[in-house]
Amino acid sequence: MDNLIWIFISAMLVNNFVLAYFLGLCPFLGVSGRLETSFRLGLATTFVLLITALCSWFLNAYVLIHAPYLRLISFIVVIASTVQFIEMAIKKLSPSLFKALGIFLPLITTNCAILGLAIFATNRGYGFAEGMVFALGAGAGFTLAMVLMAGLREETEIIDMPVLVRGTAMNLIIAGILSMAFMGFAGLFSST
Amino acid sequence: MAINIKDPSAVQEMMKGLWRDNPVFVQVLGMCPMLAVTNSAINALAMGLATLFVLVGSSALVSAFKNLIPKQVRISLYIVIIATFVTVIDYTLLALFPAIHKELGAFIPLIVANCMILGRQEAFAAKHTVGFAVMDAIGMSAGFLIALFALGSVREILGNGSLFGIDLFGAGFEPWVIMILPPGGFITLGLILLFFNWVTERKARFLEQVVAAEQAKG
Repeated sequence: MDNLIWIFISAMLVNNFVLAYFLGLCPFLGVSGRLETSFRLGLATTFVLLITALCSWFLNAYVLIHAPYLRLISFIVVIASTVQFIEMAIKKLSPSLFKALGIFLPLITTNCAILGLAIFATNRGYGFAEGMVFALGAGAGFTLAMVLMAGLREETEIIDMPVLVRGTAMNLIIAGILSMAFMGFAGLFSST
Repeated sequence: MAINIKDPSAVQEMMKGLWRDNPVFVQVLGMCPMLAVTNSAINALAMGLATLFVLVGSSALVSAFKNLIPKQVRISLYIVIIATFVTVIDYTLLALFPAIHKELGAFIPLIVANCMILGRQEAFAAKHTVGFAVMDAIGMSAGFLIALFALGSVREILGNGSLFGIDLFGAGFEPWVIMILPPGGFITLGLILLFFNWVTERKARFLEQVVAAEQAKG
């Protein structure tokens, strides 16, 4: 149990997917303009991450022990099609949930955080429970980073800045400062 | 590959990737590998070469089969093609350079998710002949390599006081450890982009002045 808690905290704060591993930067820099949208994208990503963990655990345990060289291709194909099916199912079963999350789902599949999660979980040899907790932590970390970034960006819109700095350059520097702040969480581990 | 290297338009396709349409500085694509592996110049170089192989290979294949690929499933097919080349380079590096493979770790498989590569298939390779597609791929990945290398060497020089593992400053230099850690990646890339914007803006202003002077004369 202790182990699972540490996996969660590590994935969420210490080794935050966005700010320490640079995974999922495209949505982080592209979609983080509004707080509301960022939060919903974060939730949708967490959802896809959980499905990914499930799929990759299944593939690793039952299929890929026979053909490890197919790992990359099968991860991508299986995850993308599973997400597609689930998107259809949600559309049918719960239109309100689809409205909140649905538009993001196909986009998220091409996010490198998704593939990154599957590969990291495989490399570290996580089992079923560890994989799911890892996905939950990574999703929570991604949502946290998105929301923080969106909040900061909404503020910077009001500030009078030189035109040259506006846009990606400024966002990257903000992300750098945010990442520096998250490095402080590394201390959590040395205390045990 | 029936293409004349002296053909000016082919060379143009290649050169545009280096500066005007640079995938990183102008289009801001492929950020994940860009930041994750650039903590030293040698890692950046290895990543750039791996990307070059994948992009050239998949561009050639996509453009050769462009008439056979059905429109509805093209994106999935592109991804499968890219993933195949990434698997090849992943296993090649593991066999030939295990040290570099270990250093880059999970980021080699993640080349698949580099949106620059998929973007080139959709925007260029699927519409042009094999020769042009390969030229474009070489140019784009060279631009990517330059960007990776610029970021990697700045971070290694400041963060470690060395370049390619060779000490530059001697014992008196206090390395800025932050530069080889994640925040350094974000901040360095932000500053490089800022510099790039500044140069582009200066150039545009200079051209405007030239045009104005011409008009005043005529």
